[in-house]
Amino acid sequence: MADQLLQQIVNSLLIGSVYALVAIGLTLIWGVMNVLNFAHGDFLMLGMFIAFWCYTLFKMDPLFSIPVCAALLFLLGLGVYRFIISKVMKGPGLAQLVVTFGVSIFLANLAVMLWTPDFRLIEKPLLTGTWSLGNVQLSIPKFAASVGSVVVSAAVFLFLKRTRTGKAILAVEMNRDAALLMGINTERINSLSFGIGSALVGIAGAFLSMYYYIYPQVGGLFGLISFCIVALGGFGSIEGAFIAGILIGLVQTLGGYFFDPAYKYALVFLVYLITVWIRPQGLMG
Amino acid sequence: MTDVRKFTVRQVSVSAAVLVLLALYPLAVRGSFPMHLMIMVFLFAMLGVAWNIMGGYAGMFSFGQAAFFGIGAYTSSFLLTAHQVNPWIGLLAGGVVAAVAAALIGIPCSNLRGHYFAIASIAFAEIVRIHFNNWKLIGAAEGLTIPMQDESLRNFQFNSSKAPYYYIILGFLLLALGVCSWVTTSRMGFYLRAIKEGHDVAKVLGIDVVRYRMAAIMISAFLTAMAGTFYAQYILYLDPESVLILPISVQIVLVSMLGGAGSVMGPVIGAAILLPISEVTRVKLGFKGSGLDMIIYGTLIMLISVYRPQGVWGLLQKVGRKKK
Amino acid sequence: MSAAPLLDVRGVTKRFGGLLANDDVSFTVSEGEIVSIIGPNGAGKSTLFNCVTGFYRPNVGSIRYASRDITRLAAHRICKLGIARTFQIVQIITDMTVLENVMTGAFLRTGRNGAAREKAEEVLRFVGLHEKLDGAATSLTIEDKKRLEVSMALATRPRLLMLDESMAGLNPVELRGMIALLRRVRESGVTLVIVEHVMEAVMELSDRVIVINSGRKIVEGPPKEVVVNPQVVQAYLGDRYRARR
Repeated sequence: MADQLLQQIVNSLLIGSVYALVAIGLTLIWGVMNVLNFAHGDFLMLGMFIAFWCYTLFKMDPLFSIPVCAALLFLLGLGVYRFIISKVMKGPGLAQLVVTFGVSIFLANLAVMLWTPDFRLIEKPLLTGTWSLGNVQLSIPKFAASVGSVVVSAAVFLFLKRTRTGKAILAVEMNRDAALLMGINTERINSLSFGIGSALVGIAGAFLSMYYYIYPQVGGLFGLISFCIVALGGFGSIEGAFIAGILIGLVQTLGGYFFDPAYKYALVFLVYLITVWIRPQGLMG
Repeated sequence: MTDVRKFTVRQVSVSAAVLVLLALYPLAVRGSFPMHLMIMVFLFAMLGVAWNIMGGYAGMFSFGQAAFFGIGAYTSSFLLTAHQVNPWIGLLAGGVVAAVAAALIGIPCSNLRGHYFAIASIAFAEIVRIHFNNWKLIGAAEGLTIPMQDESLRNFQFNSSKAPYYYIILGFLLLALGVCSWVTTSRMGFYLRAIKEGHDVAKVLGIDVVRYRMAAIMISAFLTAMAGTFYAQYILYLDPESVLILPISVQIVLVSMLGGAGSVMGPVIGAAILLPISEVTRVKLGFKGSGLDMIIYGTLIMLISVYRPQGVWGLLQKVGRKKK
Repeated sequence: MSAAPLLDVRGVTKRFGGLLANDDVSFTVSEGEIVSIIGPNGAGKSTLFNCVTGFYRPNVGSIRYASRDITRLAAHRICKLGIARTFQIVQIITDMTVLENVMTGAFLRTGRNGAAREKAEEVLRFVGLHEKLDGAATSLTIEDKKRLEVSMALATRPRLLMLDESMAGLNPVELRGMIALLRRVRESGVTLVIVEHVMEAVMELSDRVIVINSGRKIVEGPPKEVVVNPQVVQAYLGDRYRARR
């Protein structure tokens, strides 16, 4: 029994850290420009497909496609910001919410049209197999994905706190007008943040592609869960997104194990609703 | 925009003319698709009007209306199949259940605004969808089939023609428009708009913010559930993946935004434009799930949000005034 | 003349984490008075307002209005009882017309559209905004927006009106207009408590002045006395000036 519990906790941390990376990208975008990117899950899907095609066409293992995914999603993020998002910033809040739904529907169905709705899987990644640590089974690709996510999250955190550009991003997040007065080009920061947030989720996609099924609609649920994580952690808070990501991983896995696997996502959403009731600004908002 | 309605002769005659045309439409068209299309237009117009009461007016942007739609559809259908309750009674029951559900979700969300409220509404709708997908009592993922019965108004079922369905949903739409119109010109309408502006300015005018938000959500849920019962009696089959999904909720928001959130007639115009486009592209271009119809839909959403986010109704009003 | 005060604030203390914003503040306001609350920036004046009007709950102390304890009442209930207020940053409803804004206030006392409209027009005439009643609220000048905010408050038929820096940002002509308006408000039977920095208004309007500094009430009295009180001078200008006198 204790072994099972330990196994489930391990599984939670494995998925939770990847969730955290996905959420960090989303919360960065939200914190800087108050836009909730509903297409975030679909960006993840694109990251997964890029890794898949790199593997299928160029025999690149997902580990090596990480930079490719990051770069392409960064460019996609820049493009989406420049040509679509920036144009709704001045409009009503409702339009800002709705436009990213449009992007989401467009991308998911573009994937259907280009690649069919079929499920794909990377058959022989470099990292496969399982470690047995006592009675706990540790899937090696999941472990690698998890460690990678934590490393990247830490790198983002350091980037924001230590580099000049990073601090500029934080400044805009805290007070846009003040940052403008300090001579920070807030438009450029917007594009950059959207790009970085997208790149992060592209990296998460590369990690997930090592063991997860790849198909056009995969972004849907990940997207929804990442919104809950961001809101739970507090919009704009990187630390909050990380902690909330782990927490949601725990709720999902432990809840699914102890209550009912079919309801695991419902439990995630329930926990989110309860938290938001008790603490509307999120854990660290 | 002045709220006290002054009916000009022009407005009354235009409205009357439109109603007459709509009443004659079933007699003028042949074939199932044109009727189905208009029924969908009226259905989504009604859903949009119901959304508008809480979204356009009170600023509570719900992206979870599918939950109330599904609750209405399932309540009446379950009562009919398991307990032989007449669907019209089921209609009222569905509305009540949805209103209660709305009150329950309204409590934790009573202080949420903007993006926070939107996500909470999606979370709520997903919980409902997942639960219904697993709830054996109402068919779980296999769904619920409404048994064929003798064609009659009492049974809320018509097999030989779609025309009765057309008139019923048109009647429902007019009812919803009446409710929305009453809300917006009464004290409640003013209070909801104040709440949309900000909770502080509302409180300082003596407005009980929580009470009015709850009222708006419950009215909206009731009307949405009514539309759900209609849908169940029209299609005669329900399953969670056709009534409780996010795309339905998004379409409801779109219909209101395209037409003009915050105006009574906005969602009607929005439905009249959006539904034909989405239904026709689905039929003509959605072959074998190619996704092309949805690509166009997604593009349309982006274009509307960027170029005309305040909706089309304002434009129509301007045109109407210029002609004077 | 020894009727209970309209507003009776006793020992109000409000803490935000480590910050003591209001420290044991007590004062009373009698019906028909105009009382000003002054003090340097950050003294805790707006916090005090928020405690009285139900936007904050004081940690310690009580607030009585018309002999009734309102300390723990919600803000909208307090408004219903007859206390109205304005904000430092003008709060109006942006996508309504001027008339609709005031009607929203009037709806507190009547459910009927027609009656609300009549009351709103009456208030707009009193305040001098009647010509602009069909205009968009956002199209008004700053002075008119402040008048609109006052109208909305007056439409709720308050006995006590609390104004937070209503004179800020007005030029001399506008200032005279606002002072005249507040006099008319008092004459119509409404008691006023105003937080102000603009001394001209404080001197002209107030029956009494209360000075708050660092969360504490330091002086209270008629305007002419308060303004030369050495403690008040020190609070505003610092120690150097105290030594000079």
